[in-house]
Formats: sequence, C-alpha cells, structure tokens
Amino acid sequence: MSAAESPPNQRRLMEGSEAIAEAAIAAGCRFFSGYPMTPFTEVLECFAKRLPDEGGHCINSESEIEAIGQAWGAAATGARAATGSTGQGLSLMQESMSEITRAEIPIVIFNMARGQGDYFQATRGGGHGDYRHIVLAPESVGEATELTQLAFHLADQWRHPVVIYGDYLIAHTAEAVQIEKINFGPLPDKDWAVDGSLGGTGRSRNVNPIGMEKGSKGIDPNKFWQKLSDKEDRIQEAEQRFEVEQAEDAELLIVAFGTLARFARAAIRDLRADGLKVGLFRPISLWPFPAQALRDAASGCKRVAVLEQNAGQMIDDVQLSLLGSVPVVAIGGISTDAAGFGIGALLDSDRIAARARDAYAGKPVPRGVVS
Amino acid sequence: MSNDYDPLRVIPTDAPPTVACRKKGSFEPALTLMGEHDLCPGCGEPLALRQILDSIEALGHAQDAIGVIGIGCYTALTSLMDIDLIQALHGRAPSVATGAKRMRPDNLIFTLQGDGDMVNEGLQEVIHTAARGENVTCILLNNGVFGETGGHMTSTTVLGQRTKNSIEGRDAKQHGYPILIGDLLAGLQGTAYCARASVHDAKGVARTRRFLDRAFTSQEKGQGFSFVEILTMCPTGWFIPTAEGPNYLDEELGAIHEVGELKKDGVLIDRNA
Repeated sequence: MSAAESPPNQRRLMEGSEAIAEAAIAAGCRFFSGYPMTPFTEVLECFAKRLPDEGGHCINSESEIEAIGQAWGAAATGARAATGSTGQGLSLMQESMSEITRAEIPIVIFNMARGQGDYFQATRGGGHGDYRHIVLAPESVGEATELTQLAFHLADQWRHPVVIYGDYLIAHTAEAVQIEKINFGPLPDKDWAVDGSLGGTGRSRNVNPIGMEKGSKGIDPNKFWQKLSDKEDRIQEAEQRFEVEQAEDAELLIVAFGTLARFARAAIRDLRADGLKVGLFRPISLWPFPAQALRDAASGCKRVAVLEQNAGQMIDDVQLSLLGSVPVVAIGGISTDAAGFGIGALLDSDRIAARARDAYAGKPVPRGVVS
Repeated sequence: MSNDYDPLRVIPTDAPPTVACRKKGSFEPALTLMGEHDLCPGCGEPLALRQILDSIEALGHAQDAIGVIGIGCYTALTSLMDIDLIQALHGRAPSVATGAKRMRPDNLIFTLQGDGDMVNEGLQEVIHTAARGENVTCILLNNGVFGETGGHMTSTTVLGQRTKNSIEGRDAKQHGYPILIGDLLAGLQGTAYCARASVHDAKGVARTRRFLDRAFTSQEKGQGFSFVEILTMCPTGWFIPTAEGPNYLDEELGAIHEVGELKKDGVLIDRNA
C-alpha cells in the first residue's frame, strides 16, 4: 500500500527510508535536497514523492555540495530543512556543515552510512575548524522515526546541526511503525531567521558563520567563539542519551551503537543462557558521548568490550570516558561486503558471542578485518 | 509673513532665516548603514553595490529582499548593507539562494559573488541554478582577479593580463582561456535575463542600474533565472595606478567581456544585428 493510500499515522510495515521521510514530514520538515547514493537513495525517493503533497520542496541536487547548500538556504529562512547521503557524500558536505554550525543554523543531516566507519567523521566535527554536531544513532526503524523527530527539535532548540547516523539496515529493513507527531515542548522563536522584513530599519539580519555584525567593521572573534564554545558545553551536559541493559551484575560490558547493538543484544541473550554475566551499554547520542553513564555502568565490570564495525573509532571515546578505570578491549573490526555497503560478517550474533567469550575469559580477540 | 516656499528666491544672508529649511531631496545611498569599510581606493565594488541597493529600494523590495553573499572583498561590505543577508561559502551562494527562494518564493532573492567565487570555485553551482530556471538573480562582480588574496589569476582573467600567478601575462598555452560566463549562462534554457554591465564611467553605472532593474523585474515576473555581470575596477589587484583603473577596465577586460544585454524575456539577443 502506498503512502498516498494510507495515512502515515497508521501502524504499518515501512522500510526505514520511508519511515524516516514520514517522520521528518510529521516533524514539520518541508525542504529536502539530496543526491542519490546507496544506501541513502530511497530516503531521497521518499521525500521526492511526499514533500510536494505537503506543500514542501525536494530538490534532486546536482551534487552533495549543492544539496547541503540548498538545505542551508532553506533553513536560514527558518524552515525545517534536511539533507543527507552516505558517509562518502557527507565528506563532500563537510565544508558547509562546519560553516552551518558556526552560523548556528538548525538543520538535520541523514547519514545512511556504509557501516560504522564514519564514527570519527560524525563525532569529531568532520570538517575544518572547531565544532561538533549532535549525532543520534538509532538501532531500529522505530527508534529512527523517534530520533528523526527529536533531531528537528534539538536542531531548533540549540540552533545546531543534528546528524542521524543510520546504515544500510536502518534504510532497508521494513518494520511495523506508527508515526505520529511527537511534542517535545516549546521552542524559542526563530527571530534570527531571514525573511527580508528588517531591510532599511538599521536592524537587518546577517545569518553568517564568521561573526559579522551589521554596522561594525570587522568582527569580535573572542565574543563569537565564546558564545559557540559555551553552547557546545551546554549541549554536552544536556543531550547525552544512552541505554543500559543487564549491567548491574555484569562482568563484561559490551559497548555498541546503532544496528550492531541489536546483534550484540542477541549475543548477550545466548551468553547469559550459558551463565556468562554480560551487559550492554548503547550510546544513542554519539556526540555528546554519554561518558558519565558509561563510567557508572562499567564501574563493577572486569572488562569493557567495544563492538564496532570499523578499525576502532568509538573505542577512543570509551577509553576517554573510563580513563583507565576498567580495561577496554576491542571485539569488532572492519567488516564489509564486496560492494562496500557495510553488510559484513560481523553482523552475526554467534560470531559476536564467540568474540565476547574470548574477551570474557581474558583471551586475546583477533584484530583486523572480520570476515 | 507668507510661508510659501519659493525654491528660486534669493536667500538673504544679512539676517537670520525667517522660514524653516526644507529638504528637497536625499542623495544618500539607499539601504546603506554609514560606516567604515576596508576596500581599496579605486575599487569598483562599492559603485556596483550602491546600484544594487538603490535598485532594490526603487523597485519596492527594501523589506523583502534577501541577499546571499559569497566570499571576496565585497564580503566586508555586508556590515554596511541594511537588508537581510545570508553569508554563504566561497562558490556556494546560488545553492543557498535556491533553498531560500523555494521556502520564500515571494521574496526578492539575489546572490553577490566575485569571479573567483562564481566562475572558479562555484561554476557548477551557477550553471545548475540557471539550468534549473531557479527564479533568483545572481550578480557577479567581475574584475578578473582574486582581489582579496592580492591579485591572482581567475577563470575570467583575460589573455595577456598580468596577475601574481601569471606574472608575464595570462598565456593561453600555459593558463588556458578566460570563461565568458555571461555568454555561457545566456545559452541555457532556464536563463530568462542575462546582461553584462560595467562601472568604469557614469554611463556604465547608469547602464548597470538599468540592467539590475530589468533582472529584478524578471524575477518579480517569475520568468526564471536572471543574471547580471558587473565589470568592476581593481587597480590594486591589477598593479596599476588607481586613476588608470576605469580605462584599464574598459580597454582590457571590456574588450573581451563585452558589455550589453545577452538575453531578455528568455530570448537571446543577436549582438551582431
């Protein structure tokens, strides 16, 4: 049944791509721009199909660089706007993402990543300069619909870009979901957004990433950077999100994010059945990283095992959170399919359980590519 | 005593005035915050900017115009432009303008870019925006050099022109040929209005204003993409005495980037006719 025949707020089977687009539209997103790339393409398709009906615009951008620019312009007028791609496409967008952060323009960016190798790109700013984005990593289609709506809210609340870190499984798994507009509470007025109305009044706006102020020559770099730096501190304090499972008695705590956490959960069920005390810590916000919560969850553990589908990226944040208080081992690794879409051998709960068993027993876990 | 005002009367200066002064006209630039700026003597960009702002006010867009500004010397002038602005990245203004126009179709949306910004870094942006027939006005300030970095070659630098990285003059064999961006954009179906102007003399300034008025009017009518290229002096970046700027512009750049309208109401203008 197509979206046109069935209202989106009915519970029905939807692919992640469609569910994300519907959730964004429910959140009031009326502008999307994108360039096709697997596994992100279907997100663009769904917006292209749905946004015109809602009085919005979807532009089939000629490049990722133009896609982010177009979303930038739409968002600067105060509209809820989004763009997206895979990590490769986001690489092309980084220059703009950096400037948009400094210009304090709320925007949502979907990364339907090819695996988990874009963790650094997502959480370290990713482009030039000194900044971070809010990054939310859903583990399921259902959670993706909630986090998508939350992303638009947080973007407006903080005037800050929010990245949704999904993957092939999020984009292409069909789950039964029901999408209803979620009310996250009041937001500040967008009196900073350009509508042209203040021209000639001496109070006209300049939404800019360089600290330019009307009527004054040059900029005040200290004031400009202090404001941004204070804001990122406040975000770091307020927006840490995570999930902890069976950590109370755990000897081994597995840390995993995104869809890989679901495979970890299945592995933990089997390990628990065998009497092994294993728990799960799942960061939902990759930045800000839930450091204190991880420290608390890991406090009684013998070991922390980081499960990620890359050569070791989130493990840095785990180690920075624990500061040597608990030994940390990597049980993931690079793991992909021939096409490079991130559907690798690590997406297997038995294989994960075997690697966790080694870590549990204090045995070395094989490093490198998981094939 | 009569209060009738006679503008031609001789004002007696041997006694205090008996009638209050009345302002007859204002010649201050429109939509401009008076303040300092960093631009060099002899620069053509403030002349072009004044025509843009005057045109916006005269056409009644003071309170709906949104400018999207590129990165170049003119960026320093944004603190003096009393209209709503979005500061874009180098080369990216046409895309940002596209997003803004889609969300605010009733506003007058224009970009302001230099030749390095538009024709080097962002060539694909302006071409795609024109091809899409996006109902925005892109304005190019073309002086044939990267002025802000100190006079380096751009894609519009004419053959023989000396720049810091074509010190013996631009040589086709080594540096290739200049792009005549106005001619390129005029040929695209989505372009409704396209013209090239110059601010090297008073007549050129008046023509610049006329072309800007027509481009903005084209956007008002929803005709599609409109484009005005304005040739501006950069004596600093050309390494010539300030006073020689206008002549150099007219004789060197103007000989290749020919001034005139290229397209009107979506119809190409035969310049040989």
